[in-house]
Amino acid sequence: METKNNIHTISLFVANKPGVLIRCAQVFARRGFNIDSLVVSPAVNPKFSRMTITAQGDPDTLEQIIKQSAKLIDVVHAEEHSEEETITREFALLKVKHTPSALTKIKKMLPIYNARIADQSDKVVVIEQAGTSGELDSFEKEMKPFGIIEMVRSGKLVMAKGVEET
Amino acid sequence: MARKTTRSKTLKTTRKKTAKAAAPAPQNQQLTGAEALIKCLEAHGVEYIWGLSGGAAIPIFDALVGSKIKLILVRHEQGAAHIADGYARATGKPGVVLVTSGPGATNTVTGIMTAQMDSVPMIVLTGQTISPMLGKDAFQESDIFGITMPVVKHSYLVKKTNDIPRIVKEAFHISNTGRPGPVLIDLPKDITSAPFSGDSLDPKMDLPGFNPPDKGKVSDIKRIAKLFNASKRPLLLVGHGAIISRASEAVKKLAKKMHCPVTNTLLGKGCFPETDPLSLGMLGMHGTAYANKALTRCDLICSIGSRFDDRINGNNAEFCIGAKKIHIDIDPAEMGKIVQCDATAVGDARLILEELIKHVKPLDTKDWLKELDFYKKEYPLKFSDDKGLTAQRVLYDLQQITKGKAIIATDVGQHQMWAAQFNLTLKGEKWLSSGGAGTMGYGFPAAIGAQFGCPKDLVVAVVGDGGFQMTLFELSTIFIHKLPVKIVVIDNKYLGMVRQWQELFFDNRLSGVDLEGNPDFVKLAEAYGVKGFHINKVAHCHERLAEALKYKGPALIHAEVIKEDNVFPMIPAGKSAYQMIIEPPSKDQKLEKPTGST
Repeated sequence: METKNNIHTISLFVANKPGVLIRCAQVFARRGFNIDSLVVSPAVNPKFSRMTITAQGDPDTLEQIIKQSAKLIDVVHAEEHSEEETITREFALLKVKHTPSALTKIKKMLPIYNARIADQSDKVVVIEQAGTSGELDSFEKEMKPFGIIEMVRSGKLVMAKGVEET
Repeated sequence: MARKTTRSKTLKTTRKKTAKAAAPAPQNQQLTGAEALIKCLEAHGVEYIWGLSGGAAIPIFDALVGSKIKLILVRHEQGAAHIADGYARATGKPGVVLVTSGPGATNTVTGIMTAQMDSVPMIVLTGQTISPMLGKDAFQESDIFGITMPVVKHSYLVKKTNDIPRIVKEAFHISNTGRPGPVLIDLPKDITSAPFSGDSLDPKMDLPGFNPPDKGKVSDIKRIAKLFNASKRPLLLVGHGAIISRASEAVKKLAKKMHCPVTNTLLGKGCFPETDPLSLGMLGMHGTAYANKALTRCDLICSIGSRFDDRINGNNAEFCIGAKKIHIDIDPAEMGKIVQCDATAVGDARLILEELIKHVKPLDTKDWLKELDFYKKEYPLKFSDDKGLTAQRVLYDLQQITKGKAIIATDVGQHQMWAAQFNLTLKGEKWLSSGGAGTMGYGFPAAIGAQFGCPKDLVVAVVGDGGFQMTLFELSTIFIHKLPVKIVVIDNKYLGMVRQWQELFFDNRLSGVDLEGNPDFVKLAEAYGVKGFHINKVAHCHERLAEALKYKGPALIHAEVIKEDNVFPMIPAGKSAYQMIIEPPSKDQKLEKPTGST
């Protein structure tokens, strides 16, 4: 997937063995690719893991990176995914300052952005949100005026549409 | 060199039975992890282990007592790695290295990287501190698993004693299947000391991500054949991959059927005999002028197991402009890495060529071969005896005596390029040189490895005075094991290749290249019990060289050559074949600094 700023989403299906994460990361680092986000989770068969990596760099190098990743002994397959062929989601937690009046405003926005309150205390509220990266970006913008104290995002999760394997 | 005792033989049989009976056996009859390891190595046909002992590896060295594997004690771990590399290149079998943790392990890194760059199968066993101390800065602890990750084909940190047989089996399979490479196994001392209670010394492998291709797709091969059949000026470019896949016969058949000229990379030397009229010898930075001319004139170039590296393709934008480009390689990651090709086939070179031969037609290349013959006559490799003894004279005479029958291992630098030019190699396994890594200090230990693997062959290490001094302590190894290795030290008292660059491109401002004050190499050899010979004149060069090569034991030939000499032809780094400098430039001719990689 070639989008603005040369951001690419690569999915790796790997054997769940020690060192596999660093081996994959090295393939990117050696070629000057900066990893933006990286998600590792067990596959259905616990002997395998799935990695979803978003990274920035020039598209010519990307082809090498995918091939060199696939060449690693513990990598079963490596693929780049376009947004059209996949479901792409992210999850975020935001810690936002609030006053009683602000809280009412925030609460009104939550359903629009598929977000909800995960924890509430006197001065801050922790909001969770799942959605596309774009939706997360928009919600972040909306929350900014209230004062975001902390934010954490999961990084992209990707799954191929239909019967095709991710 | 062998450590055989009858006692151990009986011990081995009882141990084997115990291993099969597994758990219920009493502790003292059970195999340790280290013993299981050695049994697995034996089962994989390992003849030799080159290594240097140390605390964390003692259980493994202990298990070698009485093994049929011959343990060869080296003087430095880098030597062990290069010896294993030389053995592997000469025999096709993985070389096995055994060292201790910490500095013992880190000393192998250069050797591992050398093997990785040139696709050489190797197994490196490193001792490691006990598992509970990992990451706690224990004595002689180094994270060798982490340190070597970018330079291995694969690696293991063993966590369970019972995993040892599977890991060893996988390591051998990985290192010599597909594109070969080094595999490191890091073995904590508690793991090798603990009892082995596994069911089998030959368990199933677990490598779901490792499925290297074998024969290429027939549709790809037919596409390649179509391009060949339309070509008037084809050129085969043979690399190390062709030698690794034992494709020599197939390359010969293909070239002969199509009447197609063949050039080779530094590591592809000998796959196609360099004495054949169709051979153009080595191409590239210091290749023959006619091979490089062919590169500029061909209408089709087909790489067989080469990776179009920057020594043969300094400027990709101008590489074989207008020619159809074909790439045959077992590594899919090589496709399009440097050169975008018109047709590719991924798989074993030999199998692909055997299929390709069926689909190509004999080509009319008379005019093309005539043109290349003209270049051969017009721009031959040459040297002059006018100024005194040159490296070229020594290497030319060496070729006259050995006639391509000896195994030649070179070091890195000017002598390496001259050896590549003047040694007409007949078989791939008879030429060992560090190409990708350019590792000085490689040549002499590599020759030792080749001699271990091919005890009946004449093995000659051609080394420079600089590189030789990096690993010369293995003179002990050839003396102790009575290996009749012949070492030709080309001594110009300079790090000659860098001096050449400084002279040509940096206004002769010499910096960090002067080796004046070298030892007396003949005396040095004799201190180690190795016979020394000295050559410093053209008149006695051939005769003394012949005498030294006939000597029964290990011998060193100290060839003192003129100090300032340059390798030509030369394509400056980053330039194209048409910009090749064939004749030495005149003194006042200014050359711009090279822009390409080193």
